[in-house]
Amino acid sequence: MDTMDEIKQTFFQECEDLLAELENGLLMVNEGYGDSETVNSIFRAVHSIKGGAGAFGLDELVDFAHAFESILDEVRCDRLETTGEVLKVLLQSTDVLADLVQAARVGEKCNTERTQFLVKELNLLASIPSNKETVDTQRPQEAIDENGLDFQPVAIDLDTCTDGDASSLPSKKIFEIAFTPKPSLYSSGNESALILRELSQLGDRKIECDISRIPTLDAIDPEGAYLSWFIKLETDADEPAIREVFEFVEGECDLTINHVTTSPLTEEGVVPEAQIERQEQREVVEGRSPVETENQPTQTNSKVLTAPKADEQPDRRTSGSPATIRVSLERLDRLLNLVGELVINQSMIAQYTLVPGEASGSAVSAKLDEVEQLTREIQDCAMTIRAQPVKSLFQRMSRIVREGAASTGKSVHLITEGEATEIDKIVIERLTDPLMHMIRNAVDHGLETPDKRLEKGKPEQGTIRLSAAHRSGRIVIHVSDDGAGINRERVKQIAIDKGLIPEDAQLTDAQIDSLLFMPGFSTATEISNMSGRGVGMDVVKQAIHALGGRVSLVSRPDHGSTFTINLPLTLAVLDGMVAQVSGQTIVVPLSAIIETLQPKPHDIHGLGSTARVLSIRGEFLPIIDLGHELGYCEDQQDPLKGVVLSVETHEGNRCALLVDSIQDQRQVVIKSLEDNYGSVPGIAAATILGNGCISLILDVDSVVNRRAAA
Amino acid sequence: MSDIDNIENMDTSEFLAFRVCGQEYCVNIMSVQEIRGWSPATALPEAPDFIRGVINLRGSVLPIIDLAIRLGLEETDPTTRHVVVILQIRNQIVGLLVDAVSDILTVMRSMIQATPDVMSDNTKSFICGVLAMEGRMISLVDLDLFLPETADLKP
Repeated sequence: MDTMDEIKQTFFQECEDLLAELENGLLMVNEGYGDSETVNSIFRAVHSIKGGAGAFGLDELVDFAHAFESILDEVRCDRLETTGEVLKVLLQSTDVLADLVQAARVGEKCNTERTQFLVKELNLLASIPSNKETVDTQRPQEAIDENGLDFQPVAIDLDTCTDGDASSLPSKKIFEIAFTPKPSLYSSGNESALILRELSQLGDRKIECDISRIPTLDAIDPEGAYLSWFIKLETDADEPAIREVFEFVEGECDLTINHVTTSPLTEEGVVPEAQIERQEQREVVEGRSPVETENQPTQTNSKVLTAPKADEQPDRRTSGSPATIRVSLERLDRLLNLVGELVINQSMIAQYTLVPGEASGSAVSAKLDEVEQLTREIQDCAMTIRAQPVKSLFQRMSRIVREGAASTGKSVHLITEGEATEIDKIVIERLTDPLMHMIRNAVDHGLETPDKRLEKGKPEQGTIRLSAAHRSGRIVIHVSDDGAGINRERVKQIAIDKGLIPEDAQLTDAQIDSLLFMPGFSTATEISNMSGRGVGMDVVKQAIHALGGRVSLVSRPDHGSTFTINLPLTLAVLDGMVAQVSGQTIVVPLSAIIETLQPKPHDIHGLGSTARVLSIRGEFLPIIDLGHELGYCEDQQDPLKGVVLSVETHEGNRCALLVDSIQDQRQVVIKSLEDNYGSVPGIAAATILGNGCISLILDVDSVVNRRAAA
Repeated sequence: MSDIDNIENMDTSEFLAFRVCGQEYCVNIMSVQEIRGWSPATALPEAPDFIRGVINLRGSVLPIIDLAIRLGLEETDPTTRHVVVILQIRNQIVGLLVDAVSDILTVMRSMIQATPDVMSDNTKSFICGVLAMEGRMISLVDLDLFLPETADLKP
């Protein structure tokens, strides 16, 4: 049972990738970049999901994937044109498929109504007879397709269908097939004669056997494979059907299938180029020495040819992604931990070797410098392993935009930039919800209705721009819309109505904008099913804050608003100020610190018996003696002997933290205290300093709020 | 010990014995990950008194429990000669500060005697038996009870 679960989990993980590929492909087609290979990859993705789901008995998923796949097959064979309407249905189907996968994953039932509706839509599309003849002639062969393909659990990543789709005529096609079995084909019990016989059933064929590679008798390996065949097949079947014949020997042979067209007229200008390409491909296959061909899978051949094409339009191919492996985060964390320790140990060794008063240019210290550099490099490497491009995150957002546009009746175009920007995986995961909410807000509140847009002289289609970039060691994500901007009058009025600010408050534009982030604020006049789900921008702010980030807003009336999220590269590292508190070293997160200052006697005011406040530019901040607060010393310290850190909590409460001295400002690696101990009030986490000792990271919010509550 | 060696296939376990304030205690050796010398720990605010603080063990942060204080004995004044036994208790890793490690014992279940009814309730709550060994008494610490699951190490 356990292994079954494991396999199932792997399947779901694969599904995630496949769904991403699917969506990516559809979006490419949508933007006019898609070629036949894109369509093929879309088809394969759906098909693989279907195959896997079938193996686990996820019937709902299989049924839907089947309907979806059938349509994609129509598209693939150029019997259905990818108009905007069709694409819309396809994209919606992708969303439903994703929902179904998710439902199957958690073992729940999905929204069947929507599924049913889309199945109907899909079937409707399938019944559009773009070319009646085609549909008729293809029927029987489609049936074969289904039966055969059901056995196939994984995507077949062959880059070959490129030409098969070019012609849409149902006339007989001629394929040239090069088939070179590897020894493993025979050792796994397959027989090339049977394959060739099956191939013959598809149509008229001419088979040539290449015996040039047969060595002399003394060199022959009885279990070797020396024969290859060239088959010229005239058939009305298409390439997938041919490929199916070879399905069971996939990977155990070199296989090239070229479609030689018989009706050049249908292909217009494309023909000469395409034919040259085919010609070349054949030459590559044939011109190869037998030894070379032996171990090279077919993909390599086609890749060689597609490469120049990919260069022309970079960044749009999904199939060429490099090989990846899945590693559990836990292992990576362990690696990071160990590397971190290595760095500390290394610096300690460096300190010891300096003690005897050796000249700094000695051989030992030179080597130590090298070691240091290497360990730093390993550390950087280990850090980047956790990073992932934000592409997956942005792709999810396109769905939100689609759904939002559909439910509000607005026309929205999403532009994404900097998809390759890499962020820590955990950050990406935790960023999904807040970002989703911001996008929803942008669609729902930001953009005007098409009528209003036209009235204002803007294009009917609204634009939402989502961009990510690295900036000075942090990630900056912008979400901007070209909508109406913030209606500051209304925001202020609502804040007054809700009692968030006094009626006569004089606020700057920036202050009004920041009201949006206050708890319990929502400007939507009516609660739509998109935004207004009971959470507001304050939740967004809180989530970003929890990631060590900041969110800000710039808005211009009638030009739109831009939200900016500023995030640390990784959750594992924090910018902090290292301070000395009653003999202990404490790290205060830099994000909470507003300023540091040395208090003057006339700035300190007593309040009651023990409390003291500090006046900074006319504002009175309560002083918290950190050493006393954390229980490191009994008595309160004289504020004049220490340094004050003026801090602000997430809610905006300000406080003056009194510490003995400030040592340093640096990035520290965050270590959990909860793994082996438990949460400590006032302490967020721990970190390991350069000398190997542990220092605690202050939880400013909890310290300040505790004081406020007391 | 020779008695045990003679009898095979008995229900035996190994225990690591250590000394605290002149008394001897032992824990199941399967829980012991390593034994290291004392190094200063970083104090935690609002921690119970028997938590000496946290140390860095190859990148993980783990708490150090002063067994002497936990047993209600005199607080240890740790020197570099003191020993920290690193224990895995369920998913947590903790260090146990003791005076010295004394022995590794192979013990048959039948040799474990019930805890004499004299200890304080606090101590009795995690001592699950005593062993008589060559005239010494070694108390058996039940780690699961010593570090209750729900307690977060806090009293």
